[in-house]
Amino acid sequence: MNINERLATLKYNKDKESHLTVDNDVCMRCNDKVCTYICPANVYEWNEQKCIMTIRYENCLECGACKIACEKKNIIWRYPNCEYGVKYKNG
Amino acid sequence: MKNNKVEIIVVGAGPAGVSAAITLARAGKKVLLVERGDCAGDKNVFGGTIYAKQTAEIFPKFWETAPIERAITEQKIFLLTDYNSTQISYKYASKGAYKAFTVNRSKWDKWCSQQAEKEGVYYAPKTLVNELILKDRNVIGIKTEFEEFYSDIVIIADGVNSLLAKQIGLRKEIKDSDVSLSVKEVIKINKEKLEDRFNLDEEDGCACRILGGPLRDKFALGFMYTNKDTISIGYSISLDEIKKLKVKPYELLDELKAHPTVSAYIKNGETIEYSSHLIPEGGYNAVPKLYDNGVMIIGDAAMLVNNIHFEGTNLAMLSGKLAAETAIEAINNKDYSKSSLSKYHTKLKESIILKDLKTHRNTIEVIKKNIHTLSSLYPELACEFLEILTSADGVEKKVKYRKFLKEIIKKGTISSSIPLAILAMEKCLKK
Ligand SMILES: Cc1cc2nc3c(=O)[nH]c(=O)nc-3n(C[C@H](O)[C@H](O)[C@H](O)COP(=O)(O)OP(=O)(O)OC[C@H]3O[C@@H](n4cnc5c(N)ncnc54)[C@H](O)[C@@H]3O)c2cc1C
Ligand code: SF4
Ligand code: SF4
Repeated sequence: MNINERLATLKYNKDKESHLTVDNDVCMRCNDKVCTYICPANVYEWNEQKCIMTIRYENCLECGACKIACEKKNIIWRYPNCEYGVKYKNG
Repeated sequence: MKNNKVEIIVVGAGPAGVSAAITLARAGKKVLLVERGDCAGDKNVFGGTIYAKQTAEIFPKFWETAPIERAITEQKIFLLTDYNSTQISYKYASKGAYKAFTVNRSKWDKWCSQQAEKEGVYYAPKTLVNELILKDRNVIGIKTEFEEFYSDIVIIADGVNSLLAKQIGLRKEIKDSDVSLSVKEVIKINKEKLEDRFNLDEEDGCACRILGGPLRDKFALGFMYTNKDTISIGYSISLDEIKKLKVKPYELLDELKAHPTVSAYIKNGETIEYSSHLIPEGGYNAVPKLYDNGVMIIGDAAMLVNNIHFEGTNLAMLSGKLAAETAIEAINNKDYSKSSLSKYHTKLKESIILKDLKTHRNTIEVIKKNIHTLSSLYPELACEFLEILTSADGVEKKVKYRKFLKEIIKKGTISSSIPLAILAMEKCLKK
Protein backbone atom coordinates (compact mmCIF):
# COMPACT_ATOMS: atom_id res chain seq x y z
CA MET A 1 0.00 0.00 0.00
CA ASN A 2 1.61 3.28 -1.01
CA ILE A 3 1.43 6.52 0.94
CA ASN A 4 -1.14 8.14 -1.33
CA GLU A 5 -3.50 5.21 -0.87
CA ARG A 6 -2.97 5.49 2.87
CA LEU A 7 -3.65 9.21 2.93
CA ALA A 8 -6.75 8.63 0.83
CA THR A 9 -8.30 6.78 3.79
CA LEU A 10 -8.34 10.05 5.74
CA LYS A 11 -10.74 12.92 5.99
CA TYR A 12 -9.13 16.36 5.82
CA ASN A 13 -10.45 19.90 5.77
CA LYS A 14 -7.82 21.83 3.84
CA ASP A 15 -6.85 25.23 5.23
CA LYS A 16 -6.04 28.02 2.79
CA GLU A 17 -2.69 28.74 4.41
CA SER A 18 0.06 26.40 5.55
CA HIS A 19 0.55 25.77 9.27
CA LEU A 20 4.12 24.63 8.53
CA THR A 21 6.91 26.90 7.36
CA VAL A 22 10.64 26.53 6.82
CA ASP A 23 13.46 28.87 5.90
CA ASN A 24 14.67 27.53 2.53
CA ASP A 25 18.17 28.97 2.96
CA VAL A 26 18.63 26.86 6.09
CA CYS A 27 17.29 23.76 4.31
CA MET A 28 19.76 24.33 1.49
CA ARG A 29 22.62 23.93 3.95
CA CYS A 30 21.05 20.87 5.64
CA ASN A 31 22.76 17.64 4.61
CA ASP A 32 20.44 15.03 6.00
CA LYS A 33 17.07 16.62 5.24
CA VAL A 34 15.54 14.33 7.82
CA CYS A 35 12.08 15.86 7.32
CA THR A 36 11.94 14.35 3.84
CA TYR A 37 11.95 10.78 5.16
CA ILE A 38 10.78 10.94 8.77
CA CYS A 39 7.34 12.36 8.03
CA PRO A 40 4.63 9.68 8.15
CA ALA A 41 2.59 11.64 5.60
CA ASN A 42 5.46 12.40 3.21
CA VAL A 43 4.73 16.13 3.47
CA TYR A 44 8.23 17.44 2.66
CA GLU A 45 10.01 17.21 -0.67
CA TRP A 46 13.16 19.11 -1.60
CA ASN A 47 13.02 20.76 -5.01
CA GLU A 48 16.61 20.60 -6.20
CA GLN A 49 16.10 22.95 -9.16
CA LYS A 50 14.39 25.77 -7.35
CA CYS A 51 16.14 25.11 -4.03
CA ILE A 52 12.91 25.25 -2.11
CA MET A 53 11.10 22.83 0.17
CA THR A 54 7.74 21.75 -1.17
CA ILE A 55 5.41 21.36 1.80
CA ARG A 56 2.20 19.45 1.19
CA TYR A 57 0.76 20.74 4.47
CA GLU A 58 -2.72 19.57 3.53
CA ASN A 59 -1.57 15.96 4.13
CA CYS A 60 -0.15 16.63 7.60
CA LEU A 61 -1.20 14.24 10.39
CA GLU A 62 -0.27 16.85 13.04
CA CYS A 63 2.03 14.39 14.83
CA GLY A 64 4.89 16.81 15.54
CA ALA A 65 7.75 14.47 14.53
CA CYS A 66 9.29 16.85 11.98
CA LYS A 67 9.66 19.76 14.37
CA ILE A 68 11.52 17.57 16.89
CA ALA A 69 13.62 15.71 14.31
CA CYS A 70 14.86 18.76 12.38
CA GLU A 71 18.40 19.28 13.70
CA LYS A 72 18.41 22.94 12.74
CA LYS A 73 15.08 23.62 14.44
CA ASN A 74 14.01 25.20 11.21
CA ILE A 75 10.36 24.24 11.14
CA ILE A 76 7.87 26.77 12.42
CA TRP A 77 5.19 24.38 13.55
CA ARG A 78 1.72 25.10 14.80
CA TYR A 79 -1.64 23.38 14.68
CA PRO A 80 -3.94 24.17 11.76
CA ASN A 81 -6.64 26.68 12.65
CA CYS A 82 -9.64 25.03 14.21
CA GLU A 83 -12.03 23.19 11.91
CA TYR A 84 -9.05 22.49 9.59
CA GLY A 85 -6.58 19.66 9.25
CA VAL A 86 -7.01 15.94 9.71
CA LYS A 87 -10.09 14.39 11.27
CA TYR A 88 -9.79 10.80 12.49
CA LYS A 89 -12.84 8.55 12.53
CA ASN A 90 -11.20 5.71 14.45
CA GLY A 91 -8.05 7.03 16.09
CA MET B 1 -20.16 32.43 31.96
CA LYS B 2 -19.81 36.04 33.16
CA ASN B 3 -17.35 38.29 31.26
CA ASN B 4 -15.61 35.23 29.83
CA LYS B 5 -14.40 34.37 33.33
CA VAL B 6 -14.52 30.96 35.05
CA GLU B 7 -12.67 29.50 38.03
CA ILE B 8 -10.69 27.02 35.95
CA ILE B 9 -9.85 26.49 32.30
CA VAL B 10 -8.69 23.08 31.07
CA VAL B 11 -7.03 23.01 27.64
CA GLY B 12 -7.43 19.73 25.74
CA ALA B 13 -10.25 17.17 25.95
CA GLY B 14 -8.18 13.98 25.94
CA PRO B 15 -8.31 11.56 28.90
CA ALA B 16 -6.28 13.93 31.10
CA GLY B 17 -8.32 17.07 30.43
CA VAL B 18 -11.75 15.44 30.66
CA SER B 19 -10.85 13.74 33.91
CA ALA B 20 -9.65 17.03 35.43
CA ALA B 21 -12.71 18.95 34.22
CA ILE B 22 -15.22 16.39 35.45
CA THR B 23 -13.56 16.17 38.88
CA LEU B 24 -13.80 19.97 39.19
CA ALA B 25 -17.43 20.10 38.05
CA ARG B 26 -18.35 17.41 40.57
CA ALA B 27 -16.93 19.66 43.30
CA GLY B 28 -19.19 22.48 42.07
CA LYS B 29 -16.42 24.52 40.41
CA LYS B 30 -17.02 26.54 37.24
CA VAL B 31 -14.81 24.93 34.64
CA LEU B 32 -14.32 25.54 30.92
CA LEU B 33 -12.93 22.66 28.84
CA VAL B 34 -11.46 23.74 25.50
CA GLU B 35 -10.73 21.39 22.59
CA ARG B 36 -9.33 22.18 19.15
CA GLY B 37 -11.06 19.30 17.35
CA ASP B 38 -14.60 19.60 15.94
CA CYS B 39 -15.34 16.86 18.47
CA ALA B 40 -13.08 15.49 21.22
CA GLY B 41 -11.19 12.57 19.70
CA ASP B 42 -11.05 13.94 16.14
CA LYS B 43 -7.32 14.58 16.53
CA ASN B 44 -6.39 11.68 18.79
CA VAL B 45 -4.76 8.32 18.14
CA PHE B 46 -3.66 5.45 20.38
CA GLY B 47 -3.11 1.66 20.21
CA GLY B 48 -4.84 0.54 22.29
CA THR B 49 -6.59 -0.31 25.46
CA ILE B 50 -8.03 1.69 28.31
CA TYR B 51 -7.78 0.17 31.75
CA ALA B 52 -11.01 -0.76 33.51
CA LYS B 53 -10.21 -0.10 37.17
CA GLN B 54 -8.64 3.32 36.77
CA THR B 55 -11.10 4.48 34.12
CA ALA B 56 -13.98 3.48 36.41
CA GLU B 57 -12.64 5.82 39.07
CA ILE B 58 -13.72 8.68 36.78
CA PHE B 59 -16.57 6.95 34.93
CA PRO B 60 -18.11 4.31 37.24
CA LYS B 61 -19.39 1.24 35.34
CA PHE B 62 -18.61 2.98 32.05
CA TRP B 63 -18.75 -0.34 30.17
CA GLU B 64 -22.53 -0.40 30.55
CA THR B 65 -23.04 2.67 28.36
CA ALA B 66 -19.73 3.76 26.80
CA PRO B 67 -18.73 2.89 23.22
CA ILE B 68 -16.23 0.12 23.90
CA GLU B 69 -14.98 -2.33 21.30
CA ARG B 70 -13.86 -5.52 23.07
CA ALA B 71 -12.96 -6.68 26.59
CA ILE B 72 -9.40 -7.99 26.55
CA THR B 73 -9.15 -11.65 27.54
CA GLU B 74 -5.82 -12.51 25.99
CA GLN B 75 -2.43 -10.81 25.94
CA LYS B 76 0.06 -12.11 23.41
CA ILE B 77 3.71 -11.50 22.72
CA PHE B 78 4.97 -12.30 19.23
CA LEU B 79 8.68 -13.02 18.90
CA LEU B 80 9.41 -12.81 15.20
CA THR B 81 12.39 -14.00 13.22
CA ASP B 82 12.56 -13.19 9.53
CA TYR B 83 9.92 -15.75 8.58
CA ASN B 84 8.95 -17.67 11.73
CA SER B 85 7.61 -16.78 15.14
CA THR B 86 7.07 -17.96 18.70
CA GLN B 87 3.95 -16.65 20.37
CA ILE B 88 3.48 -16.40 24.10
CA SER B 89 -0.08 -16.08 25.25
CA TYR B 90 -1.64 -15.20 28.57
CA LYS B 91 -5.36 -15.92 28.49
CA TYR B 92 -7.85 -15.14 31.24
CA ALA B 93 -11.60 -15.08 31.72
CA SER B 94 -12.94 -11.55 31.86
CA LYS B 95 -16.57 -12.09 32.71
CA GLY B 96 -17.50 -9.74 35.51
CA ALA B 97 -13.91 -8.68 36.21
CA TYR B 98 -12.79 -6.58 33.28
CA LYS B 99 -9.18 -5.48 33.09
CA ALA B 100 -8.91 -3.60 29.84
CA PHE B 101 -10.98 -2.67 26.81
CA THR B 102 -10.11 -1.69 23.29
CA VAL B 103 -11.82 1.54 22.24
CA ASN B 104 -12.02 3.72 19.16
CA ARG B 105 -10.59 7.05 20.33
CA SER B 106 -12.86 9.15 18.13
CA LYS B 107 -15.94 7.59 19.72
CA TRP B 108 -14.52 7.16 23.21
CA ASP B 109 -13.17 10.71 23.64
CA LYS B 110 -16.44 12.10 22.31
CA TRP B 111 -18.45 10.05 24.81
CA CYS B 112 -16.19 11.21 27.68
CA SER B 113 -16.63 14.87 26.72
CA GLN B 114 -20.41 14.36 26.60
CA GLN B 115 -20.33 12.96 30.15
CA ALA B 116 -18.35 16.01 31.26
CA GLU B 117 -20.93 18.31 29.72
CA LYS B 118 -23.75 16.40 31.43
CA GLU B 119 -22.00 16.94 34.76
CA GLY B 120 -21.83 20.69 34.33
CA VAL B 121 -18.56 21.37 32.51
CA TYR B 122 -18.72 24.26 29.99
CA TYR B 123 -17.38 22.55 26.91
CA ALA B 124 -15.97 24.46 23.93
CA PRO B 125 -14.90 22.27 20.98
CA LYS B 126 -13.61 23.80 17.70
CA THR B 127 -11.52 26.12 19.84
CA LEU B 128 -7.77 26.30 19.39
CA VAL B 129 -5.82 27.91 22.20
CA ASN B 130 -3.02 29.93 20.63
CA GLU B 131 -1.43 31.12 23.83
CA LEU B 132 -1.73 31.54 27.56
CA ILE B 133 -2.31 35.02 28.96
CA LEU B 134 0.18 36.07 31.61
CA LYS B 135 0.09 38.94 34.08
CA ASP B 136 2.88 39.56 36.59
CA ARG B 137 4.21 36.04 35.88
CA ASN B 138 0.85 34.48 36.70
CA VAL B 139 -1.16 32.54 34.13
CA ILE B 140 -4.56 34.22 34.10
CA GLY B 141 -6.26 32.94 30.96
CA ILE B 142 -6.13 31.78 27.36
CA LYS B 143 -6.18 33.42 23.97
CA THR B 144 -8.08 31.51 21.29
CA GLU B 145 -8.38 32.36 17.62
CA PHE B 146 -11.32 34.64 18.26
CA GLU B 147 -11.63 35.38 21.98
CA GLU B 148 -9.95 35.61 25.35
CA PHE B 149 -11.06 33.70 28.43
CA TYR B 150 -9.95 34.27 32.00
CA SER B 151 -9.63 32.01 35.03
CA ASP B 152 -7.90 31.64 38.38
CA ILE B 153 -6.07 28.52 37.24
CA VAL B 154 -5.33 27.00 33.82
CA ILE B 155 -4.70 23.26 33.53
CA ILE B 156 -2.67 22.35 30.43
CA ALA B 157 -3.74 18.99 28.93
CA ASP B 158 -2.79 19.60 25.32
CA GLY B 159 -0.93 16.34 24.75
CA VAL B 160 2.61 15.29 23.86
CA ASN B 161 3.53 18.33 21.75
CA SER B 162 2.30 20.77 24.43
CA LEU B 163 2.95 24.07 22.70
CA LEU B 164 1.47 25.83 25.74
CA ALA B 165 3.86 24.35 28.31
CA LYS B 166 6.66 25.41 25.96
CA GLN B 167 5.29 28.94 25.69
CA ILE B 168 5.65 29.52 29.43
CA GLY B 169 8.99 27.75 29.71
CA LEU B 170 7.80 24.76 31.73
CA ARG B 171 8.90 22.50 28.92
CA LYS B 172 11.68 22.62 26.36
CA GLU B 173 11.43 20.88 22.98
CA ILE B 174 11.44 17.11 23.52
CA LYS B 175 14.71 15.32 22.77
CA ASP B 176 14.32 12.87 19.91
CA SER B 177 15.49 10.04 22.17
CA ASP B 178 12.66 10.85 24.61
CA VAL B 179 9.81 10.35 22.19
CA SER B 180 8.68 7.68 19.80
CA LEU B 181 6.84 7.96 16.54
CA SER B 182 4.03 5.55 15.88
CA VAL B 183 2.15 4.73 12.73
CA LYS B 184 -0.97 2.67 12.65
CA GLU B 185 -3.65 1.28 10.38
CA VAL B 186 -7.18 0.26 11.20
CA ILE B 187 -8.06 -2.75 9.07
CA LYS B 188 -11.65 -3.77 8.51
CA ILE B 189 -12.42 -7.45 8.56
CA ASN B 190 -15.56 -9.51 8.89
CA LYS B 191 -16.46 -9.92 12.60
CA GLU B 192 -16.77 -13.73 12.56
CA LYS B 193 -13.53 -14.06 10.63
CA LEU B 194 -11.76 -11.85 13.16
CA GLU B 195 -13.07 -13.96 16.05
CA ASP B 196 -11.97 -17.16 14.28
CA ARG B 197 -8.47 -15.88 13.51
CA PHE B 198 -7.85 -14.71 17.06
CA ASN B 199 -9.83 -17.58 18.60
CA LEU B 200 -12.13 -15.23 20.50
CA ASP B 201 -15.63 -15.43 21.89
CA GLU B 202 -18.01 -12.68 20.92
CA GLU B 203 -17.07 -9.39 22.65
CA ASP B 204 -13.74 -10.80 23.90
CA GLY B 205 -10.54 -9.27 22.62
CA CYS B 206 -6.83 -9.80 22.22
CA ALA B 207 -3.87 -7.43 22.64
CA CYS B 208 -0.61 -8.35 20.89
CA ARG B 209 2.88 -6.87 21.21
CA ILE B 210 5.39 -7.66 18.51
CA LEU B 211 9.16 -7.90 18.86
CA GLY B 212 11.73 -8.67 16.17
CA GLY B 213 11.14 -9.45 12.51
CA PRO B 214 11.42 -6.21 10.58
CA LEU B 215 11.74 -4.37 13.93
CA ARG B 216 14.77 -6.39 15.06
CA ASP B 217 17.71 -4.47 16.53
CA LYS B 218 15.62 -1.31 16.78
CA PHE B 219 14.12 0.28 19.86
CA ALA B 220 10.69 -0.40 18.44
CA LEU B 221 7.58 -2.34 19.35
CA GLY B 222 4.78 -3.53 17.13
CA PHE B 223 1.19 -3.88 18.30
CA MET B 224 -2.04 -5.41 17.17
CA TYR B 225 -5.40 -4.98 18.90
CA THR B 226 -8.79 -6.45 18.09
CA ASN B 227 -11.79 -4.13 17.88
CA LYS B 228 -15.36 -5.19 17.05
CA ASP B 229 -14.83 -5.66 13.32
CA THR B 230 -11.46 -4.04 12.81
CA ILE B 231 -7.86 -4.75 13.74
CA SER B 232 -5.53 -1.96 14.82
CA ILE B 233 -1.99 -2.67 13.72
CA GLY B 234 1.08 -0.51 13.99
CA TYR B 235 4.37 0.06 15.74
CA SER B 236 6.23 2.72 17.59
CA ILE B 237 9.91 3.49 17.24
CA SER B 238 12.21 5.87 19.02
CA LEU B 239 12.52 9.03 16.92
CA ASP B 240 16.33 9.04 17.09
CA GLU B 241 16.37 5.44 15.77
CA ILE B 242 14.17 6.08 12.78
CA LYS B 243 16.20 9.19 11.98
CA LYS B 244 19.29 7.00 11.74
CA LEU B 245 17.55 4.33 9.68
CA LYS B 246 16.52 6.75 6.96
CA VAL B 247 13.47 4.68 6.20
CA LYS B 248 9.99 6.05 5.71
CA PRO B 249 7.79 5.09 8.66
CA TYR B 250 5.06 3.60 6.47
CA GLU B 251 7.53 1.42 4.58
CA LEU B 252 8.55 -0.26 7.83
CA LEU B 253 4.84 -0.74 8.56
CA ASP B 254 4.49 -2.49 5.20
CA GLU B 255 7.30 -4.86 6.20
CA LEU B 256 5.62 -5.62 9.51
CA LYS B 257 2.28 -6.28 7.81
CA ALA B 258 3.98 -8.58 5.31
CA HIS B 259 5.57 -10.86 7.92
CA PRO B 260 3.93 -14.32 7.46
CA THR B 261 2.75 -14.53 11.09
CA VAL B 262 1.25 -11.04 11.09
CA SER B 263 -0.21 -11.13 7.61
CA ALA B 264 -2.21 -14.26 8.44
CA TYR B 265 -4.27 -12.19 10.89
CA ILE B 266 -4.98 -9.25 8.62
CA LYS B 267 -5.17 -10.83 5.17
CA ASN B 268 -7.99 -9.72 2.87
CA GLY B 269 -8.78 -6.89 5.27
CA GLU B 270 -9.35 -3.35 4.04
CA THR B 271 -7.34 -0.50 5.52
CA ILE B 272 -9.96 2.08 6.48
CA GLU B 273 -7.70 4.51 8.33
CA TYR B 274 -4.02 5.36 8.50
CA SER B 275 -2.74 7.49 11.39
CA SER B 276 0.30 8.67 13.26
CA HIS B 277 1.05 10.08 16.70
CA LEU B 278 3.95 10.60 19.10
CA ILE B 279 4.36 8.89 22.48
CA PRO B 280 6.40 10.51 25.27
CA GLU B 281 8.97 7.89 26.25
CA GLY B 282 11.54 9.74 28.28
CA GLY B 283 10.02 8.47 31.54
CA TYR B 284 10.99 9.83 34.93
CA ASN B 285 14.06 11.72 33.76
CA ALA B 286 12.06 13.64 31.15
CA VAL B 287 9.22 14.82 33.41
CA PRO B 288 9.27 18.64 33.31
CA LYS B 289 8.39 21.12 36.04
CA LEU B 290 4.70 20.47 36.50
CA TYR B 291 3.30 23.71 37.91
CA ASP B 292 3.82 27.43 38.22
CA ASN B 293 1.75 30.42 39.33
CA GLY B 294 -1.82 29.72 38.19
CA VAL B 295 -0.96 26.70 36.06
CA MET B 296 -0.46 22.92 36.14
CA ILE B 297 0.42 20.39 33.38
CA ILE B 298 -1.13 16.91 33.18
CA GLY B 299 -1.09 13.77 31.03
CA ASP B 300 1.12 13.47 27.95
CA ALA B 301 1.86 17.21 28.13
CA ALA B 302 3.66 16.37 31.38
CA MET B 303 5.25 13.28 29.73
CA LEU B 304 3.50 10.97 32.21
CA VAL B 305 3.63 7.72 30.23
CA ASN B 306 4.89 4.36 31.47
CA ASN B 307 5.92 2.73 28.21
CA ILE B 308 7.28 -0.41 29.86
CA HIS B 309 3.74 -1.34 30.87
CA PHE B 310 1.88 0.33 27.98
CA GLU B 311 0.21 2.81 30.35
CA GLY B 312 -0.79 6.28 29.19
CA THR B 313 -4.53 6.95 29.36
CA ASN B 314 -4.77 5.74 32.95
CA LEU B 315 -1.90 7.96 34.10
CA ALA B 316 -3.38 10.86 32.14
CA MET B 317 -6.71 10.45 33.93
CA LEU B 318 -5.12 10.06 37.35
CA SER B 319 -2.89 13.10 36.88
CA GLY B 320 -5.99 15.06 35.79
CA LYS B 321 -7.80 14.02 38.94
CA LEU B 322 -4.87 14.94 41.20
CA ALA B 323 -4.43 18.34 39.54
CA ALA B 324 -8.17 18.97 39.90
CA GLU B 325 -8.08 18.09 43.60
CA THR B 326 -5.17 20.49 44.06
CA ALA B 327 -7.10 23.19 42.19
CA ILE B 328 -10.22 22.69 44.33
CA GLU B 329 -8.17 23.29 47.48
CA ALA B 330 -6.47 26.31 45.90
CA ILE B 331 -9.80 27.85 44.89
CA ASN B 332 -11.26 27.27 48.33
CA ASN B 333 -8.22 29.01 49.86
CA LYS B 334 -8.07 31.65 47.08
CA ASP B 335 -4.37 30.87 46.69
CA TYR B 336 -3.28 30.16 43.10
CA SER B 337 0.44 30.63 43.65
CA LYS B 338 3.02 28.06 42.71
CA SER B 339 3.58 27.17 46.33
CA SER B 340 -0.12 26.32 46.66
CA LEU B 341 -0.09 24.33 43.40
CA SER B 342 3.10 22.48 44.37
CA LYS B 343 0.75 20.10 46.23
CA TYR B 344 0.00 18.63 42.81
CA HIS B 345 3.62 17.49 42.54
CA THR B 346 3.46 16.01 46.04
CA LYS B 347 0.30 14.10 45.13
CA LEU B 348 1.95 12.77 41.96
CA LYS B 349 4.96 11.62 43.96
CA GLU B 350 2.69 9.78 46.39
CA SER B 351 0.72 8.18 43.56
CA ILE B 352 1.66 5.26 41.32
CA ILE B 353 2.46 7.73 38.55
CA LEU B 354 5.80 9.06 39.75
CA LYS B 355 6.45 5.98 41.91
CA ASP B 356 6.29 3.69 38.85
CA LEU B 357 8.11 6.11 36.57
CA LYS B 358 10.85 6.35 39.19
CA THR B 359 11.03 2.56 39.46
CA HIS B 360 11.64 2.43 35.73
CA ARG B 361 13.96 5.40 35.46
CA ASN B 362 16.81 3.21 34.17
CA THR B 363 14.87 0.45 32.44
CA ILE B 364 14.81 2.03 28.99
CA GLU B 365 18.57 2.37 29.14
CA VAL B 366 18.91 -1.35 29.97
CA ILE B 367 16.57 -2.30 27.16
CA LYS B 368 18.27 -0.01 24.64
CA LYS B 369 21.64 -1.53 25.53
CA ASN B 370 20.30 -5.05 25.17
CA ILE B 371 18.02 -4.47 22.23
CA HIS B 372 19.86 -7.01 20.06
CA THR B 373 19.36 -9.74 22.69
CA LEU B 374 15.73 -8.85 23.19
CA SER B 375 14.58 -8.31 19.63
CA SER B 376 16.89 -10.59 17.71
CA LEU B 377 18.46 -13.36 19.81
CA TYR B 378 15.45 -14.24 21.97
CA PRO B 379 13.11 -14.68 19.01
CA GLU B 380 15.73 -16.75 17.17
CA LEU B 381 16.52 -18.96 20.16
CA ALA B 382 12.88 -19.50 21.01
CA CYS B 383 12.10 -20.53 17.44
CA GLU B 384 15.18 -22.72 17.10
CA PHE B 385 14.49 -24.47 20.39
CA LEU B 386 10.90 -25.21 19.43
CA GLU B 387 12.04 -26.35 16.01
CA ILE B 388 14.35 -28.93 17.64
CA LEU B 389 11.67 -30.03 20.07
CA THR B 390 9.05 -30.58 17.41
CA SER B 391 10.84 -31.66 14.27
CA ALA B 392 11.12 -35.39 13.63
CA ASP B 393 13.53 -35.56 10.74
CA GLY B 394 15.81 -38.51 11.41
CA VAL B 395 18.70 -36.42 12.71
CA GLU B 396 20.11 -37.65 16.03
CA LYS B 397 19.01 -35.45 18.93
CA LYS B 398 22.50 -35.11 20.42
CA VAL B 399 23.73 -33.65 17.14
CA LYS B 400 20.93 -31.11 17.18
CA TYR B 401 21.49 -30.14 20.83
CA ARG B 402 25.20 -29.68 20.25
CA LYS B 403 24.52 -27.48 17.26
CA PHE B 404 22.02 -25.41 19.25
CA LEU B 405 24.43 -24.89 22.17
CA LYS B 406 27.26 -24.01 19.81
CA GLU B 407 25.01 -21.47 18.21
CA ILE B 408 24.22 -19.91 21.58
CA ILE B 409 27.90 -19.64 22.47
CA LYS B 410 28.76 -18.25 19.04
CA LYS B 411 26.12 -15.58 19.32
CA GLY B 412 27.42 -14.58 22.71
CA THR B 413 24.12 -15.26 24.35
CA ILE B 414 25.58 -17.12 27.31
CA SER B 415 26.67 -13.85 28.90
CA SER B 416 23.44 -12.12 28.00
CA SER B 417 21.22 -15.06 28.68
CA ILE B 418 20.28 -13.93 32.15
CA PRO B 419 16.72 -13.14 31.26
CA LEU B 420 16.46 -9.47 30.54
CA ALA B 421 13.28 -9.09 32.51
CA ILE B 422 15.11 -10.19 35.67
CA LEU B 423 17.98 -7.85 34.90
CA ALA B 424 15.62 -4.96 34.41
CA MET B 425 13.64 -5.75 37.55
CA GLU B 426 16.80 -6.01 39.60
CA LYS B 427 17.84 -2.58 38.36
CA CYS B 428 14.41 -1.20 39.26
CA LEU B 429 14.63 -2.48 42.80
CA LYS B 430 18.03 -0.91 43.40
CA LYS B 431 17.59 2.43 45.10
C1 LIG C 1 0.23 4.47 19.06
C2 LIG C 1 -0.14 4.73 20.49
C3 LIG C 1 -0.56 3.67 21.28
C4 LIG C 1 -0.94 3.89 22.60
N1 LIG C 1 -1.45 2.85 23.30
C5 LIG C 1 -1.94 3.05 24.55
C6 LIG C 1 -2.62 2.01 25.24
O1 LIG C 1 -2.81 0.92 24.73
N2 LIG C 1 -3.08 2.27 26.49
C7 LIG C 1 -2.92 3.48 27.07
O2 LIG C 1 -3.39 3.67 28.20
N3 LIG C 1 -2.28 4.49 26.44
C8 LIG C 1 -1.79 4.31 25.19
N4 LIG C 1 -1.18 5.34 24.52
C9 LIG C 1 -0.93 6.62 25.22
C10 LIG C 1 -2.19 7.45 25.36
O3 LIG C 1 -2.83 7.59 24.12
C11 LIG C 1 -1.85 8.83 25.92
O4 LIG C 1 -1.03 8.69 27.04
C12 LIG C 1 -3.12 9.60 26.30
O5 LIG C 1 -3.94 9.81 25.21
C13 LIG C 1 -2.75 10.95 26.93
O6 LIG C 1 -3.90 11.69 27.19
P1 LIG C 1 -3.86 13.27 27.23
O7 LIG C 1 -5.24 13.71 27.55
O8 LIG C 1 -2.75 13.73 28.08
O9 LIG C 1 -3.44 13.72 25.76
P2 LIG C 1 -4.24 13.55 24.31
O10 LIG C 1 -5.00 12.30 24.38
O11 LIG C 1 -3.19 13.72 23.35
O12 LIG C 1 -5.22 14.79 24.33
C14 LIG C 1 -4.80 16.11 24.12
C15 LIG C 1 -5.98 16.92 23.61
O13 LIG C 1 -5.66 18.30 23.58
C16 LIG C 1 -6.14 18.87 22.38
N5 LIG C 1 -5.31 20.06 22.11
C17 LIG C 1 -3.98 20.10 21.86
N6 LIG C 1 -3.55 21.36 21.73
C18 LIG C 1 -4.63 22.15 21.90
C19 LIG C 1 -4.81 23.56 21.86
N7 LIG C 1 -3.79 24.39 21.67
N8 LIG C 1 -6.05 24.04 22.04
C20 LIG C 1 -7.10 23.21 22.24
N9 LIG C 1 -6.98 21.87 22.30
C21 LIG C 1 -5.76 21.34 22.13
C22 LIG C 1 -6.00 17.75 21.36
O14 LIG C 1 -6.83 17.93 20.25
C23 LIG C 1 -6.38 16.54 22.21
O15 LIG C 1 -7.76 16.28 22.18
C24 LIG C 1 -0.81 5.17 23.18
C25 LIG C 1 -0.37 6.24 22.40
C26 LIG C 1 -0.06 6.03 21.05
C27 LIG C 1 0.36 7.19 20.22
S1 SF4 D 1 15.42 18.82 8.41
FE1 SF4 D 1 14.98 20.96 8.87
S2 SF4 D 1 16.65 22.16 7.99
FE2 SF4 D 1 16.77 20.09 7.15
S3 SF4 D 1 15.67 20.23 5.24
FE3 SF4 D 1 14.17 19.60 6.75
S4 SF4 D 1 13.28 21.49 7.55
FE4 SF4 D 1 15.11 22.05 6.41
S1 SF4 E 1 3.57 17.05 11.92
FE1 SF4 E 1 3.93 14.90 11.36
S2 SF4 E 1 2.64 14.58 9.59
FE2 SF4 E 1 2.79 16.79 9.85
S3 SF4 E 1 4.48 17.41 8.57
FE3 SF4 E 1 5.37 17.04 10.58
S4 SF4 E 1 6.01 14.91 10.56
FE4 SF4 E 1 4.66 15.20 8.81
